[in-house]
Amino acid sequence: MGLFKLKGFPGKGTFCHGIHPPDKKKYSAERPIEVMPFPDKVVLPLLQHIGAPCQPVVKPKDHVRFGERIGIGKAFVSASLHSPIAGKVQKIANITLPNGRHLPAIHIKNEGEQVSHGKLWKEMVTTEWPNDCISIYDAETISKIIHDSGVVGLGGAAFPTHVKVMPDERKMIDTLLVNGCECEPYLTPDYRLMVELPNAVVTGALLAGRAISAREIIICIEDNKPQAIARLKKATQQTVIKIAVVKTKYPQGSEKQLVKAVLDIDVPLGGLPGDIGVAISNVGTMAAIAKGVILEEPLTHRVISVSGAGIAEPKNLFVPIGISMGEVIEFCGGLKENAARIIAGGPMMGFAFSDPATPVTKGTSGITVLTHDEIAVENETACVRCGRCVDACPMNLVPTRLAMAARYNNPGLAEQYHITACFECGSCSYVCPAHIKLVQLIRTGKAQLAASRGNR
Amino acid sequence: MIKKNGPEQKKGKNLVADQTKQIDEIKESTGAHIHVAPSPHISEPLMTTRRMMTDVLIALLPLTGVAVYIFEWYAVKQLLITITACLAAEIIFVKMRGRSFTLMDCSAAVTGLILALSLPGTAPWYVGVLAAFVAMGIGKIIFGGLGMNIFNPAMVGRAFVMIAFASVMGASAYEMPGSVVDALSQATPLTALKQSSIGVPLSHLFWGTTNGSLGEVSAAACLVGGLFLCFRKTASWQIPASLIGTAALMAGLVDIIGSYSGYFLFHHLFGGALLFGAFFIATDPVTSPLTVKGKIIFGAGTGVLVMVLRLFSGYPEGMMFAILLMNGVTPLINRWTIPRPTGEV
Repeated sequence: MGLFKLKGFPGKGTFCHGIHPPDKKKYSAERPIEVMPFPDKVVLPLLQHIGAPCQPVVKPKDHVRFGERIGIGKAFVSASLHSPIAGKVQKIANITLPNGRHLPAIHIKNEGEQVSHGKLWKEMVTTEWPNDCISIYDAETISKIIHDSGVVGLGGAAFPTHVKVMPDERKMIDTLLVNGCECEPYLTPDYRLMVELPNAVVTGALLAGRAISAREIIICIEDNKPQAIARLKKATQQTVIKIAVVKTKYPQGSEKQLVKAVLDIDVPLGGLPGDIGVAISNVGTMAAIAKGVILEEPLTHRVISVSGAGIAEPKNLFVPIGISMGEVIEFCGGLKENAARIIAGGPMMGFAFSDPATPVTKGTSGITVLTHDEIAVENETACVRCGRCVDACPMNLVPTRLAMAARYNNPGLAEQYHITACFECGSCSYVCPAHIKLVQLIRTGKAQLAASRGNR
Repeated sequence: MIKKNGPEQKKGKNLVADQTKQIDEIKESTGAHIHVAPSPHISEPLMTTRRMMTDVLIALLPLTGVAVYIFEWYAVKQLLITITACLAAEIIFVKMRGRSFTLMDCSAAVTGLILALSLPGTAPWYVGVLAAFVAMGIGKIIFGGLGMNIFNPAMVGRAFVMIAFASVMGASAYEMPGSVVDALSQATPLTALKQSSIGVPLSHLFWGTTNGSLGEVSAAACLVGGLFLCFRKTASWQIPASLIGTAALMAGLVDIIGSYSGYFLFHHLFGGALLFGAFFIATDPVTSPLTVKGKIIFGAGTGVLVMVLRLFSGYPEGMMFAILLMNGVTPLINRWTIPRPTGEV
C-alpha cells in the first residue's frame, strides 16, 4: 500500500487484504432497467430488515390500496411495511426466507385497479430531482418521512435507515458515505441506478445529509464502474457532494473497509461507523429516500439484477417487493439446463434457495444463478497452513485457527482469535487451496461461542 | 395498466408449480440438483494444494538440472533412489493407517525431491532409502499426515542419516579424490573455508561448479526457482527475505571486522545450503508460521541460527539444524503473533 493516497481524501482508496474474484458483471451491467409486469400475488414477510419484526395492521380479507401501510415497526430498530399492489389480504402465514428465517408473512392477492409499474418507473426517471431547494425540508421532517416510508438499507443487510439518519445529540455524525461500491460479483442494481437515476441518488444523499447535518457527503464508487462515476460527477456538479473513486477489491462495499479506504479511520471492533461520526448508506437507499420525500411514496419497489450463466436472459428489473423469485426468473427466460444453484444476492454472501415461491424482500439486491461448473466443489484436503486465508481476511484474523476451533468445539480458542470480529465475507473460503469451508465453520464457531456464553 | 382480478390468480399458482416441475426436470435431465449451500458459492479457480506442490516441483527443476549436469550419474542415482523410496514410504504408511490414497497431492514427491537434493551424490543407496522412510514415517505420518507435522519431513530424514551414518554423510565423505566428476574431487566450499581457509572464487559458487549436496551448489538456480515460488505466492517472500537478510547482516559484520572486503559475506550467502534452504525448505508452509509477523521472526531466527552454527559449531554447515530448531518454536511464534483485528483498541 505505502505512499498511495486517494486524491482529496485522507484514505488510501483501499483497505488491507481482501480478494479479487472475477466480477462477472458483464451478464447484466449494460442492460437497462426493465419494468416487471404486475404479479398476481405478493408475499410480504414481516421481518425484511435487521431488528424487530413489524406488527401487521391488516387482517385477512381486508382490502388494501397501493402504498398502504400494512405493517408498523413499533420498536426503535424496526421498519414499516407497505403494500406494493392494490388487493385483498388472503392470509398471514409462515414462510421460510433464503436466510433460513421462518416467519409470518402477509399474502396479498392482486385485486382491483392497479397503478401501472411502467408509470411508477417513468415517474422516477422523469421527475426533476431537486438539488438546490431541499432546505425547505428540516431534519426532523426528513427523518420522520424516512421512518414512515419503511426505508431500509437496500445494499443487502437491510438495516432500518431512520436509525442511521436519526439526529442524535450523543453521536454527532459529520460524514455521510454513500456506498456505490457494489463489490459482490454479478450484482448490478446499484450500478444501473447510478447510471440511470444519478439525480435521484444525489437528491437522496442531500436529504439524508441534511437529516443528520453531515458536514461532508461522499459518494464512493469502485473504479471498475467508469460510466457510473461519470454520471454522478455530472449530477453532483452544483452540489457539495464529493465523489471518491476507490479501488476495486472485495469486500470494498463493507462498511468498515469503506471507512478505512476513504477516511482512513478504523471503526472500533464491536462498534458501528456511527461511533466515529460516520453514517454509511447504499445508493439504492438514497434513491428510496428521494422517492419518499419528494414523491411522497413509500418503499414498495426496488431494482434487482437477475444474472449468472444459468439464467436465459440476464436483466435488471424494477420489481414490487414481495413478488416471487420464480416469477422473476420466468420473466428472464427461465433457468438454463446447466443451472445448479439459485442465490438471493451475490455468490460471496448471498443465500441459496430452491423454492421458487420465495419472495423478493427489501434486502434482495439480485438473483444469481450459477452453473454446475461454477460451483464445482473440490474435495476438502488437509490444511497445509499456507496462510492464504490470513492474507485474504479484511479484518486481519486467522481464519484457519478459527475454523479449527469451531471444528473441535473450542469457543475459548475462538474467542482468543477474535471470532466475533468476523463479518463472514467469505474471502477465506474463496482462496483456500485445500477447499476447507472456513467461513462456514466460523459461523458454527460463533454459534458455539454464543451457546457457551449462555451456559455460563 | 389495469388488471382485473380473476383467472390470473390461478395462473400464478400454476407458475410456481411449473417452476418446481422445471427444477425437477433439470434434476432428471442432468442427474444433478438445484443445490443449496451456505455462502460463499464460488472459490478461486484452479487453486488447489496440488497446484502449490506442483509449483515447488517446477521451481526445483533448475536445481535438479544443475545437479545432474555437475554430478552426472551420482545425482541421477540419488534422485531416483530417494524419490522412489519416499513415494513407496508414503504408500506403505498411508495403507497401514487405512487412509485413502494421497500420492496425487504431490506432497510426497516434493519431500522426496527436496530430500534427494539435500543429500550428497556420493552417499550409498541405503542412506537415501532410510532417510526417505524416516522422513515420511517419523517426519510426517506419525503426526497425522500432511499438514500436521511440526518438523520439515525432509530435514527430519536428513538429520537422522547425518547422525546415524556420520562416516558417509560427514564433510569428508563429500570428497572423492580422483573422481572423473570434477566437482567431487574438491572439498565442499564451506569445509574448505572453515578447515583450511581456502576460498573458492565467488563465480564458481554462483553458477555452481563446486562440491556439495546435490541441490545447494548453484546459487543462480536457487534464486531462479526461489523467485518463481515467491512470484507465484506459493512461498511467502517474507521468510527468504528475512532469513537471507539476517544471515547477510551477521556475515557482513564478521566481514567488516575481519576486513575481507565482501568476500566472506558473499561466500556465506552463495556457498552451502543457505539459498536452497531459505527458498525451498524454510518456506514449507506446514512448518512455518501463519502470519506475516511470524514469518519474519521465523526467517530472522533461522538466519541467526545458521550463522551461529556455521561460525561456532563443529559443522561447516548449519542450515538443516537451524530450520529444525525454528520449526520447533513455530507453534510458539504462532501464539505470540495472533494479529490484532482491524479496529481493535
